[in-house]
Amino acid sequence: MVSPFLIFLSAFLVNNIVLMRFLGLCPYFGVSRRTDTALGMSMGVLFVMLLASWITFFIYHYLLVPLDLVFLRTAAFILVIASLVQLIELFLKKNVPTLYQALGIYLPLITTNCAILGITFLIIDYDYTLLQATVFSIGTALGFGLALLLMAGMREQIDLAPVPDALKGSPIAFITASLTSLAFLGFAGLLGLSI
Amino acid sequence: MQSRDFTNGILKNNPVLVLMIGLCPTLAVSTTAFNSLGMGIAVIFVLTLSNITISSIRKFIPENIRIPVFIVIISTFVTVIDYTMHAFIPDLYKNLGVFVPLIVVNCIILGRVEGFAYKNGVFASLLDGLGSGIGFTLAIFIMGSIRELLGSGTFFGFNVFPQGFQNNPVIFMILPPGGFLVIASLMGIMNHFKSSHA
Repeated sequence: MVSPFLIFLSAFLVNNIVLMRFLGLCPYFGVSRRTDTALGMSMGVLFVMLLASWITFFIYHYLLVPLDLVFLRTAAFILVIASLVQLIELFLKKNVPTLYQALGIYLPLITTNCAILGITFLIIDYDYTLLQATVFSIGTALGFGLALLLMAGMREQIDLAPVPDALKGSPIAFITASLTSLAFLGFAGLLGLSI
Repeated sequence: MQSRDFTNGILKNNPVLVLMIGLCPTLAVSTTAFNSLGMGIAVIFVLTLSNITISSIRKFIPENIRIPVFIVIISTFVTVIDYTMHAFIPDLYKNLGVFVPLIVVNCIILGRVEGFAYKNGVFASLLDGLGSGIGFTLAIFIMGSIRELLGSGTFFGFNVFPQGFQNNPVIFMILPPGGFLVIASLMGIMNHFKSSHA
């Protein structure tokens, strides 16, 4: 059994969800213009990712596998995540209005975030236990937050810098992502972890 | 009119290079031309069939629950392609990995279904699905070809460069940073031509 610490480190740095696995690119480029929105989005992702990985874990192992319905995995998971996000939104709005104020506008965007659905599939593919799945999803969400915050910080600076006309807007953001990803490549081999 | 439905998604509103949607699979699986073509064909299949299905039953779908209905229909076709690919092209399935089931959250498909098929007839939706699917395939195939040529010195697995390059290809290109750099360059080139035309 792989130790939870290694799983965490692998998900957080070595196999960073955005920069190495290419999941969740839409929010990575969409909400990384300012650091405060980036922070809000990362918190939302952490919250939803943890809940989604638990719920899909139980649905897969205690519902789909015993009933021999594994082929419904894709449909079941996406519906669960979509309704989960709606439920969280309603719950927060009624009971924790301060948190809702902070996360509110990011929650609907998270439904179509492929990082969430992606890690629920990865947890099944890697055959993780519940503890490993928990550590994996926390590490992944923190890795997403780290990449998003780094990107937001750099884009705030790039806005003030002279950029060639053809590269203004998204191309320069992709070049920034490329260089960040190159830096993260340096973590490969850390503690014997591979990409 | 009909031909415009078809060509709209290929160049003018290319989903990846112009609208910037469906980026995750474009960057992740475009390490070789073969993988990109496989992914492109899977998306054309799911997009066209979802468009046809939804446009033919669009009058029976209540507006309030249309998104869950769309998702169920799309995920049905994704499951079909998932299992078909697993059975007949296991190598490709292994290379694409988690990105096959993830076609279900590909924004291109939900975008076309919601934006076009829900409001238009069956034949127009068929053309629109094919067009957007081909636009996606074109973008991902160009990226896959560039990355394979530079990163491995091959094209569809065949050697195309002299031995000297073959032994020391630009491995950077098939690693994740190379993907970001290639798409940045493609977008930059498109921006450049667009501004010189205007």
